[in-house]
Amino acid sequence: MSNNLRINKNNFIDQTVRISFKFNGKKLFGYKGDTLASALLANNIHLVGRSFKYHRPRGIMTCGSEEPNAIVQIGNDPSLTDPNVRATEIELFEGLEAFSQNCWPSVNFDVGGINNFLSPLLPAGFYYKTFMWPASFWEKYEFFIRHSAGLGKSPTKPDQDLYDHQYAHFDVLVIGGGISGILSAKLSAEKGLNTMLVDDKNYLGGSTIYQDDNNFKINNENSNQWIKKQIEDLKKLPNLTIKNRTSVAAFHGYNYLLARENLNDHLSSYERKGNIRQRLWKIRAKKVVIATGAIERPLIFSNNDRPGIILSSSIKKYIDYYGVKTGENISLFTNNDSAYETAISLNKSGVKVKVIIDIRENSNSILSKQVERSGIKILKGYTVIDTDGYKKIKSFDVMKLSKDGGSVVGNKITYKCDCLGISGGWTPMVHLFTQSGGKLKFRNNDNVFIPDENKTPSKQISVGSSNGDFELDDVINNTVKNIKIFLGLDKNDLENLNIKCSKEKQKRNIWLLPSNKPISKTKPFLDFQNDSTAKDVKLALREGFKSIEHVKRYTTTGMGTDQGKLSNMHALGIIADTTGTNMGDLGTTTFRPPYTPLTFGAIVGRNVGKFFDHTRKTAIHDWHVKNKAQFENVGQWKRPWYFPKNGETMHQAVQRESKAARESAGILDASTLGKIDIQGEDASEFLNRVYTNAWSKLAIGKCRYGLMLNEDGMVYDDGVTTRLAENHYIMTTTTGGAANVLSKLEDYLQTEWPELNVYLTTVTDQYSTMSICGPNSKKIIKKIIPSLDLSDESFPHMSFKNSKINNVNCRIMRISFTGEHSYEINVQSNYAKDVWERCIEAGKEFNITPYGTETMHLLRAEKGFIITGQDTDGTLTPSDLQMDWIIGKMKYDFIGKRSLYRSDTIREDRKQLVGLLTDDPKEVLEEGAQLVESLDKPIEMLGHVTSSYFSPNLNKSIALAVVRSGKKLKGKKLIVPMENKNINVTITDTVFYDKENKRLNA
Amino acid sequence: MFIINCPYCGERDQTEFSCGGEAHIERPKQPTELSDDQWAEYLFMRKNIKGIQFERWNHIHGCRKWFNVIRDTSNDKIHAVYKMGEKPPIKSL
Repeated sequence: MSNNLRINKNNFIDQTVRISFKFNGKKLFGYKGDTLASALLANNIHLVGRSFKYHRPRGIMTCGSEEPNAIVQIGNDPSLTDPNVRATEIELFEGLEAFSQNCWPSVNFDVGGINNFLSPLLPAGFYYKTFMWPASFWEKYEFFIRHSAGLGKSPTKPDQDLYDHQYAHFDVLVIGGGISGILSAKLSAEKGLNTMLVDDKNYLGGSTIYQDDNNFKINNENSNQWIKKQIEDLKKLPNLTIKNRTSVAAFHGYNYLLARENLNDHLSSYERKGNIRQRLWKIRAKKVVIATGAIERPLIFSNNDRPGIILSSSIKKYIDYYGVKTGENISLFTNNDSAYETAISLNKSGVKVKVIIDIRENSNSILSKQVERSGIKILKGYTVIDTDGYKKIKSFDVMKLSKDGGSVVGNKITYKCDCLGISGGWTPMVHLFTQSGGKLKFRNNDNVFIPDENKTPSKQISVGSSNGDFELDDVINNTVKNIKIFLGLDKNDLENLNIKCSKEKQKRNIWLLPSNKPISKTKPFLDFQNDSTAKDVKLALREGFKSIEHVKRYTTTGMGTDQGKLSNMHALGIIADTTGTNMGDLGTTTFRPPYTPLTFGAIVGRNVGKFFDHTRKTAIHDWHVKNKAQFENVGQWKRPWYFPKNGETMHQAVQRESKAARESAGILDASTLGKIDIQGEDASEFLNRVYTNAWSKLAIGKCRYGLMLNEDGMVYDDGVTTRLAENHYIMTTTTGGAANVLSKLEDYLQTEWPELNVYLTTVTDQYSTMSICGPNSKKIIKKIIPSLDLSDESFPHMSFKNSKINNVNCRIMRISFTGEHSYEINVQSNYAKDVWERCIEAGKEFNITPYGTETMHLLRAEKGFIITGQDTDGTLTPSDLQMDWIIGKMKYDFIGKRSLYRSDTIREDRKQLVGLLTDDPKEVLEEGAQLVESLDKPIEMLGHVTSSYFSPNLNKSIALAVVRSGKKLKGKKLIVPMENKNINVTITDTVFYDKENKRLNA
Repeated sequence: MFIINCPYCGERDQTEFSCGGEAHIERPKQPTELSDDQWAEYLFMRKNIKGIQFERWNHIHGCRKWFNVIRDTSNDKIHAVYKMGEKPPIKSL
């Protein structure tokens, strides 16, 4: 197909560079500078998609980010395809492939189109009303609803593109590169302020850049010529950063804004290779200028959604900027003067407008007179009542409006056309202003919501048409005047420009235009993307929905990817008219970020794959990798989980490791446990207050297990703390709790007990810890440090000694988490791998077996030792854990003490920790499984399994569980109901192995 | 995301801080002498104000110091920042 709709004069489109692309498989071409939409229109393609609900044919309606219809899928590579892209925004590139969405099997023949004929049966809330009963059927309905709904297709493979994040700090951020944004940026940068100017297009100048009309002059130049010079001057300013193709997505508090810069979406795949696709700017600006402009409103009449019905200002842009005729037989329909600008542009390009339907009774502006003089027919006080044409508009019907505009009178006239431009006035783009917390005020004379300068939350200003100034002189003069005050500027040469423009303020606003048919027989679309009509809004009101937020959700008006940029004002107007409310009192729905859809890629930036979260590795990690450890993520730590040998399964490895640890020797990398160095003259008193047990009398060189509670009495963390010197302790915490425990302790020290002289330092990373356990552990330590006295008298259980291994200082604690005789060696992390290897070497003759977290868990469970966070969940007191022995009852106070005898915590029927044995010793319970007493319905849940293992040392399955009133239920039989079977269990003591603790000193 | 003027470090991004809830709730000196109701008042009851709220904040990714902030929870405007133990510079707004 030829570009027969292209006119041969243009400054913006490079007609020497042909670009070929494909739309729905068909090969087409456009030129450098085109968007996909302008290239399609040049190829006379209007129909680009099907609507969401009724599958009606839809065409390109606008030329910008407000486009509701022309959303396409770009590309078909399963890792790079991009759904829901607005054809009006994507720049044409060589090899671009675009596809229509929401149609099957094709956009020209769509099976879902039957919904259009069923539409009387599909009113607002249809899905809510129809698929309610029976409730159990929802899952069946859902499949079909989800299948027939939906927009584009998500990529099915990981995104190969690169995305960036960048922080930026500016004195002034100007959003929008139209005339008011350019003047603001110029004034700001000339003042010496560090300024950033962003615009979502690939050029600056907004709509002024193509306003080549001698009705609009600045200092006796056409406005496009004048702005061009301003832009040239602007680019020379050293302290101005200009970012094109950059769209501000969100405006948060304290002038924090997110903007997405497209770096290569406009390039061919060959040019893109390896480069960053999009960059998310995180901008903090001292002051923000919002110059986001306004978008044109459609008009609401029956069948106003046919392909070929385009916003009048977009028709102007397509002809003036892209050099593309949107039709050969164009008519315009308007309630204001904007359509006359379009008519003048079309006329100049040799496209004669057939008729202009103006709902106003009269208009005396320069523009309308000029158009009238040129011989274009104007029907004043008329309205379009209906249109015809399926895949493209063929004709439209008009009738005279009654005096009050509430009905139509006289005879119907039909006009043939292939394109109808519509203009319903302008809506300031206040999205970013309201996102930042600003409140709007309603201007009655032209029905617009504009920023309320008295309800502006941060140092920001809205200028130009986003502030409700629509005439060229107002835009320039008010922008210059307000920016001068906002930035505290001196007199400047933009203040007294000689501006000529057409002043026409007369508008006639009718939100829902009348028809000769009853409303039930019409289809006046409000939200083109979500297919909601004025009828739906009226129905919602009849059904009792009053709040605009409820009407929005019920009818889905404004809930598409365009966020109702075109539809919201009309929906509000119709609600106000129907309910007799003033629109200002009604308010608007909430505008939420992002302003235009963001890719997930831009949001996550480089934080993918291994950069998704920080990875912490112990100093011994490389050894673990070399010895084939399987790793477990514990918080950000990588911990060895088990060390499989010769193709062992996890179960086999854990059974072997567990047996070895009890029969000879095992070694564990315990470096991830939190370590807090505590110093100061009040350190003992401090520990007294944070742990439940007494600490003052702990001798130097001794270790003690401590339990830490929250103020609500629930167990929070636990670990062994060692007194290294008079005023010096080292505390260990759980791996996951380390950071939080330190924060909590700091909190108490700084805020509740500032009188205590105590200093806390985290040394988790500075020290590495290896734990050697088992009956041969003593012999191994003896081999490594022959000089160390390991006798029980000199070095008893729960004590510590300073020593040296190969001249490296180390702390050795004789403490045990397995119930075996064991030692923990702490060394500075840079020596840890060497010391670990010496331990392995020394332990060889004793078959020293490295074990991971799984074996550690199993061994401690055999002993009934809890793991906070696994056996506890923030709802268990020490007493619930059968650990009453650790409560220092004689202590006056400690964190959580008072809560231990609240009415709730002394209840006897609390869930309490117990042991469980399965009747079949081979049956291993699932952690998390529920415990019940009987299977009679309704079944009462008594508790759940918290830890469960097969113990190789006991040759049976063991488990820990929390059970209501569990302490009193020893010996009781319970049932664990599983999917295919019920498992019988008996409540036991929590200690399964070596109840007398003989092995500690073995 | 707001900016907090840490009394020790100066203005920093909110991401460096963590909020510790309502300020000026002193831990009772003699908890054991309190009734269940009195203890519950300290332990559980918070005002959760929409408007001016006195809060504790911690510069957790900075100097690790706790301090107080007077913030309007409805618009995140910060009216004052002051150190632990100091009297609020503003009584109420």
